[in-house]
Amino acid sequence: MRREYKIIDEAGLHARPASLLVQAATKFPNNIYIEYKDKKLTLKSIMAVMSLGVPQNSTIAIEVEGDNAKEVLQSLENILEDHRLV
Amino acid sequence: MRVKGIAASNGIAISKVFRLETVVLDVTDAKIENVDEELVKLSAAIKKSCAELQIIREKTALKLDEEHAMIFDAHIQIAEDPEIARQVEDMVKSSKVNSAYAFKTVSEMFAQMFEGMDNEYMKERAADVRDVARRIISHLLGVTLSDPTMINEEVIVVADDLTPSDTAQLDREFVKGFITNIGGRTSHSAIMARSLEIPAIVGTKNILEVVKNGDIVILDGLDGEVVINPTKEEITFYEQKNAELLERIAIWSKFVDKDSVTLDGKHVELAANIGSPDDVESVLKNGGEGVGLYRTEFLYMNNDDFPTEDEQYVAYKMVLESLKNKRVVIRTLDIGGDKHLDYLPMDEELNPFLGHRALRLCLDRIDLFKTQLRALLRASVYGDLHIMFPMVATLNEVRKAKAVLNECKVELAKENIKYNDDVKVGIMVEIPAVAILADQFAKEVDFFSIGTNDLIQYSFAADRMNSKVAYLYQPYNPSLLRLIKMVIDASHKEGIWTGMCGEMAGDQIAAPILLGLGLDEFSMSATSILQTRYSFSKLSYKEMKVMAEKCLTFGTHEEVKAFVENKIKGEK
Repeated sequence: MRREYKIIDEAGLHARPASLLVQAATKFPNNIYIEYKDKKLTLKSIMAVMSLGVPQNSTIAIEVEGDNAKEVLQSLENILEDHRLV
Repeated sequence: MRVKGIAASNGIAISKVFRLETVVLDVTDAKIENVDEELVKLSAAIKKSCAELQIIREKTALKLDEEHAMIFDAHIQIAEDPEIARQVEDMVKSSKVNSAYAFKTVSEMFAQMFEGMDNEYMKERAADVRDVARRIISHLLGVTLSDPTMINEEVIVVADDLTPSDTAQLDREFVKGFITNIGGRTSHSAIMARSLEIPAIVGTKNILEVVKNGDIVILDGLDGEVVINPTKEEITFYEQKNAELLERIAIWSKFVDKDSVTLDGKHVELAANIGSPDDVESVLKNGGEGVGLYRTEFLYMNNDDFPTEDEQYVAYKMVLESLKNKRVVIRTLDIGGDKHLDYLPMDEELNPFLGHRALRLCLDRIDLFKTQLRALLRASVYGDLHIMFPMVATLNEVRKAKAVLNECKVELAKENIKYNDDVKVGIMVEIPAVAILADQFAKEVDFFSIGTNDLIQYSFAADRMNSKVAYLYQPYNPSLLRLIKMVIDASHKEGIWTGMCGEMAGDQIAAPILLGLGLDEFSMSATSILQTRYSFSKLSYKEMKVMAEKCLTFGTHEEVKAFVENKIKGEK
């Protein structure tokens, strides 16, 4: 399952929420990916997420494989919304 | 084995050595044979690092706050990062290099990637990555990093030198003393030890070469001697010496509520030097009659940005209120020289001690100066505030500074904010030009305070950070004593007082001379007050006056020292 998000935060996808996102993703057994431009990396690595350097007004996608993909995706989406990133 | 150094803070400690140093990690690209074994090593090193970071995290939460602790959550996340681990494993498998080398290569690639981003925040994360990598690599190499946050038993910290940020990290509960390679009685580590009331020896030159972690050492802060791995007899001897010291301290402590008077009834004021409102407790505990020097720069140094007027006001008010109408001399910002602020860029100077510092800088940055003066004036209604300007060289500087102070008064009056219009204004006498012209300065200020560390440094043209010229730190040299006498005499002629806020005021040989020269106020480490009050109670002012006159006629530092030592021994 895959959904796209537009990052509206001035600082882009910055470290505090990025680290929460990674923390949350790590808790699920699913394979979870983040896509930006033509790169697709694991969302379970803070280094991977930070290395993308996602700026404001860019579109990213999160892709969840496996069971309960919808719920997993929703909980990640909540983090993005709680921090007003999207 | 014994090592000599400079006794920097009184007391005796016997404890284990903790070496605080920058460990060099020697990573080579050596090949390995057994990949599986190397990967086991890698995961163990990561696990161990995470466990350590977790401990540091908990400690930080306990000692500081949750916000600082979260920095280490981020570090743990980096240490556990699956992407780094995967790339390191790939590299070990494909190139058969050792894991330390692979880890260094991969982490450095990420660090450089972050550094190259056009984003301040990400640039700082590069430092986090390197910091975590250092910890993991040290475990891979089997090297122990020197990490003061991991101290969890009583130790004596041994270091080349201790910077303010080093000492801030040390756990006061466990650190029983300092021994350093470099420094003198006035270096940061020495001042810090005295304010923590723990013994210290500085300037040993080679202590790091001769002790290992875990060695037992005796630190004799009275005589400046370190005994490494002592015998039973030596331990007994020093335990006895310590007991005698504690006995003397018990006698001194009886003087806590007494006035500072000589045998023949001459009263002087014994005040304390402080760096923050936290130090006030020790001033009161040690019977200080006031604060002779409040170094406000620590308010600036322990901060990410300039402290606001309100932040400063709160700190000054707290000190004034705690001292309950005793005199409090607050020195305006004395930055530059060896003290820098991360958030205030300064030009690289060839001779920073002779450069753009203290009042010179404040007169150039009137905005900063005004913020501090307004905070001081607002606090002035809560006690007996004396404002003091540091590093004055000319009378025009004093006039300019006073003009700015007056502007602040006018502003506050307009804003209907209360202040004490009669607040006293004085200057530090630490540049020979001022000492020589003291009669003129005395007409325009309310008091003098002699800063001996700088006055000696400038009089003898000897950088006090350079241990090769440390022999020129000569507080008893007659030329210095004559300068001091000029200042004291000039102030008394104009009916104002002279104090001293340098190390010399608490020196057991210098203080009797200064007493004889007529010094009015002695400001020192709080822990030296009672001892000085006790020794003054055994001295006659009249005799000290004669002694001081005699000292002025000698030719060398050594002659004065020998003469006074002999004389005072006779008195006791």
